[in-house]
Amino acid sequence: MNAPFRTAAGGRHDRGRPVSFSFDGKTYQGFAGDTLASALLANGVCLMGRSFKYHRPRGVIAAGSDEPNALVSVQRDAARYAPNLRATQVELYEGLSSESQNRWPSLAFDVGSVNNLASPFIPAGFYYKTFMWPRKAWDRFYEPNIRAAAGLGRSPTEADPDRYLNRYAHCEVLVVGGGPAGLAAALAAAQGGGRVILADEQTELGGSLLSATDATIDGKPSDDWLAETLASLAALPNVTLLKRATAFGYFAHNMIGVTERLTDHLAAPNAATPRERLWNIRAKQVVLAAGSIERPLVFPDNDRPGILLADAARTYLNRYGVKPGKRVVVATGHDGAYRAALDLHRAGVEIAAIADLRPNPTGPLVEAARAAGLPIRPACAITGTSGGLRVITARLSPIKGAGQVGPAQIVPCDAVLMSGGFTPSVHLFSQSRGKLRWDQDLLTYLPDQSAEQERSAGACRGRFGLAEALADGFAAGAAASGAEVSRTFAVEALEGDPRGVIGALPHDRGVNAKAFVDWQNDVTTKDLKLAVREGFQSIEHIKRYTTTGMATDQGKTSNLNALGVVADVLHKPIPEVGLTTFRMPYTPVTFGALAGLARGDLFDPVRATPIHDWAAEQGAVFEDVSLWKRARYFPRGSEDMEAAVRRECVSVRAGCGIFDASTLGKIEVVGPDAAEFMNRMYVNAWTKLGVGKCRYGVLCREDGFVTDDGVVGRIAKDRFHVTTTTGGAPRVLGMMEDYLQTEWPDLNVWLTSTTEQWAVIALQGPNARRILEGLVEGIDLSPEALPHMSLAEGRIRGVPTRLFRVSFSGELGFEINVAADHGRAVWEAVWAAGQPHGLTPYGTETMHVLRAEKGFIIVGQETDGTATPDDVGLTWAVGKAKPDFVGKRSLARPAMSEPDRKQLVGLYTDDGAVVLEEGAQIVATAGQTPPMRLIGHVTSSYYSAVLGRSIALAMVSGGRARLGESLYSPSPVGDIPVKVVPTVFYDPEGARVNG
Amino acid sequence: MLLITCPYCGPRPELEFSHGGEAHIARPEKPSELSIEDWTQYLYLRANPKGLHAERWRHLHGCARFFNALRDTTTDQFVATYKAGEPRPTGGAA
Ligand SMILES: [Zn+2]
Repeated sequence: MNAPFRTAAGGRHDRGRPVSFSFDGKTYQGFAGDTLASALLANGVCLMGRSFKYHRPRGVIAAGSDEPNALVSVQRDAARYAPNLRATQVELYEGLSSESQNRWPSLAFDVGSVNNLASPFIPAGFYYKTFMWPRKAWDRFYEPNIRAAAGLGRSPTEADPDRYLNRYAHCEVLVVGGGPAGLAAALAAAQGGGRVILADEQTELGGSLLSATDATIDGKPSDDWLAETLASLAALPNVTLLKRATAFGYFAHNMIGVTERLTDHLAAPNAATPRERLWNIRAKQVVLAAGSIERPLVFPDNDRPGILLADAARTYLNRYGVKPGKRVVVATGHDGAYRAALDLHRAGVEIAAIADLRPNPTGPLVEAARAAGLPIRPACAITGTSGGLRVITARLSPIKGAGQVGPAQIVPCDAVLMSGGFTPSVHLFSQSRGKLRWDQDLLTYLPDQSAEQERSAGACRGRFGLAEALADGFAAGAAASGAEVSRTFAVEALEGDPRGVIGALPHDRGVNAKAFVDWQNDVTTKDLKLAVREGFQSIEHIKRYTTTGMATDQGKTSNLNALGVVADVLHKPIPEVGLTTFRMPYTPVTFGALAGLARGDLFDPVRATPIHDWAAEQGAVFEDVSLWKRARYFPRGSEDMEAAVRRECVSVRAGCGIFDASTLGKIEVVGPDAAEFMNRMYVNAWTKLGVGKCRYGVLCREDGFVTDDGVVGRIAKDRFHVTTTTGGAPRVLGMMEDYLQTEWPDLNVWLTSTTEQWAVIALQGPNARRILEGLVEGIDLSPEALPHMSLAEGRIRGVPTRLFRVSFSGELGFEINVAADHGRAVWEAVWAAGQPHGLTPYGTETMHVLRAEKGFIIVGQETDGTATPDDVGLTWAVGKAKPDFVGKRSLARPAMSEPDRKQLVGLYTDDGAVVLEEGAQIVATAGQTPPMRLIGHVTSSYYSAVLGRSIALAMVSGGRARLGESLYSPSPVGDIPVKVVPTVFYDPEGARVNG
Repeated sequence: MLLITCPYCGPRPELEFSHGGEAHIARPEKPSELSIEDWTQYLYLRANPKGLHAERWRHLHGCARFFNALRDTTTDQFVATYKAGEPRPTGGAA
């Protein structure tokens, strides 16, 4: 059975391959090669959506990516639900299931359309004016309800199961657009010998040629010429042709983002094929052949289903074999509509009238229409339409001078074609930061000065005719590639006058008539005029106030008309009104395409230490520290974190603990000037540090604030083993490289990141030496030979090691550095040797408690980028005799030694069972109400099992002078009294470090 | 994404680089002898010009070297890239 609006023959779709599909639950028949829009039109379905604000019934007006109305959702299965697709770009496949949006309960009967009746009360800026007060109502009431009522489609409820790929490509010439100009450009560019990529958003390459009927090129029908041209381009090894590939963004330095859709058009996609591929194309030269977009006419009731752009109607007829109606009124200010009228007339469609705004339409297309007997009405404006869910009449009025019309005549019809002319698609050119210029003759903006290695060709720079587009494209391709080629194209086609109209048409329908400018965001001429009346002058402000051009279609069909209306009201020429910025993406891009493979496990790298698997086998609970996975605690039985940490802490202090410190950043600083370099970088003095000794180093930024810390060992006179915080290693190395390369290039020093090269096994506790004794060779572990803060090189279980005697717990401690590959074997050897001594594995949480009990800071926890060494009690580390180090001059600023600076102190809660919140504020007196005077904050807070009470570190204004004072920490349950105490809570004499 | 010509490696995508702020600001030889005003000038105040800007880049994920570039801040186009230590090419505001 043939669909009622399908022609008997013609079109590029495959009449041999019928396809069934559904729209809003009803099943229809179409053909392979149809779009959802063409197949619905063929079945007489005009109503395809409801408008955003007023829920007005809407039909399709365009045939391509410029479509503002026919937004649909396509569902393959529960997880594959794609909302907000333009029906004009959805390719039909067997079983395609689609639905309309923004309507409830059904497309034909929509409750939300009461907004349409209420529309006098929904003027421009309505949301800004109405929903401002009371503030609290916004979150609870206004926003949820506005969103529910206005939803443009809905999100899928399951994670996207499809795969998306991402690739880089380089070429000498990228051609955007596969119409006549783009094809000619590619033909020429290919002869330059370089790599040429041609990308086009459509299913087929050819652009306007896909809907041409009577044109001939080089003596051949345009269809044949197109087929031959595509075959010859495809045969060239240096040419890549991309279909269904939208150039959506023009990025700096000729990087063009292109999304290629690979499976959306297939009934049963191969699971191995990605759904989309994102091409990042870096081109030496770009040829933009993006074509043009037909402009609607702005007249009252211009949004009724059945009203569509004239050239879109021609595309439906010639490319898809679909008639837009049986009796059609054509309204135009441009010759192009005559081409559509002639083609429709030839296909047997009755042309009820051609209402031409121009008083004396002339030219070959107009003459051809006259010759065909089509009823042309010069100086005639369309001033209204009627019909419920489809147009049934058009109202035509003679124009009587400026802005005046005479008595109207009602003309029955079932479709209205409109054309205001064509707007060059300058989106990508404008994104490239190229400068546009206003062309008063063509009434449009055209590309002027390029900002990138780029040139426009064809209709996107106002060369609308087929012959001139081909010639322009070829010349652009030749220039882009540097090929010394020339070619002429013999074209036979009826060409019209390129000039059209912009802005609102005259009418006699009063101020409340709805003449839409922006279909997708429901903006009318009345809204634009109101915005100007309320004082908005800049087009950028008017755009935001009325939302014109701000919908997902980026104002493709509306921008120029909006400018025309505003210029008219402001009594200014258009170039003085300006132009809003064209933003990427040209058409919406899926998140999947942008994310590519960077999802789930591949979202971010995961760094794991050589000991990771052992810890996992022991049931460790891990935490993320920068990109690292670190064992946080090792629960036994049913222990929670609190219980596990208390046990681990006690075990370390009573016997011995083993801790994976491999994530510590490590930098090897080597060279004759290594000590001098260290002197200049770190606050400490390094010259006198003996070989085999260690020192706690503090690194400041040039502004004097602490940025990193760590133990540094001197391996040799010219070699330092520097450790940094886990998260700080790349930053510290970058900072060192910066000074070394740019400030002190005379220093003979090499810096090497060794973080991944060393596994670090920390052994902490009174039994540590006893455990190690049987394992090391060539190292004397005695306190005399290897005192606290020293290091030795030797072997452990046969593996070369740098053994540091250091402690981050206050206990006798060693850090065993071995090559990462041997890390686990050595760890297991130590683990086995420790069994008789109660060796306990512990994680980062226990490490934190142990160091806090000793008052050791964590950079980034006690410090926040505004703490000096003195603020955190590290004055002793600063080499005062040194003439200079990074940050020294800043530390001498008066503000850096103000007595009321926040200083590190210890806090004891009066009730030792109460553990303060980290980040909690400190105040001097109880009972304050906001705004309180805050004098400090808690930086670290734990329950100390060894001390049997809570402990906290805090940064408190003038803290060190407050020792013994009572302060308070405001909390939801009231002010918590605390006492200021020294920062070292446990073993203040420091005896335990000696075992 | 910018295309940046490392003076050592050639043109590479911006992803491989890190930006290092304004170029040709030498750390004073003897900071301790600087007045607070001069030190503040060195530490905090930068030109931030509209137009040609000499700035530091580091080819972090390549040769790891710092170099200098002359970039037009209004167009993002590079006029020149050159090795650290070399004088700023002529052109643009100082
Ligand atoms: Zn490089």
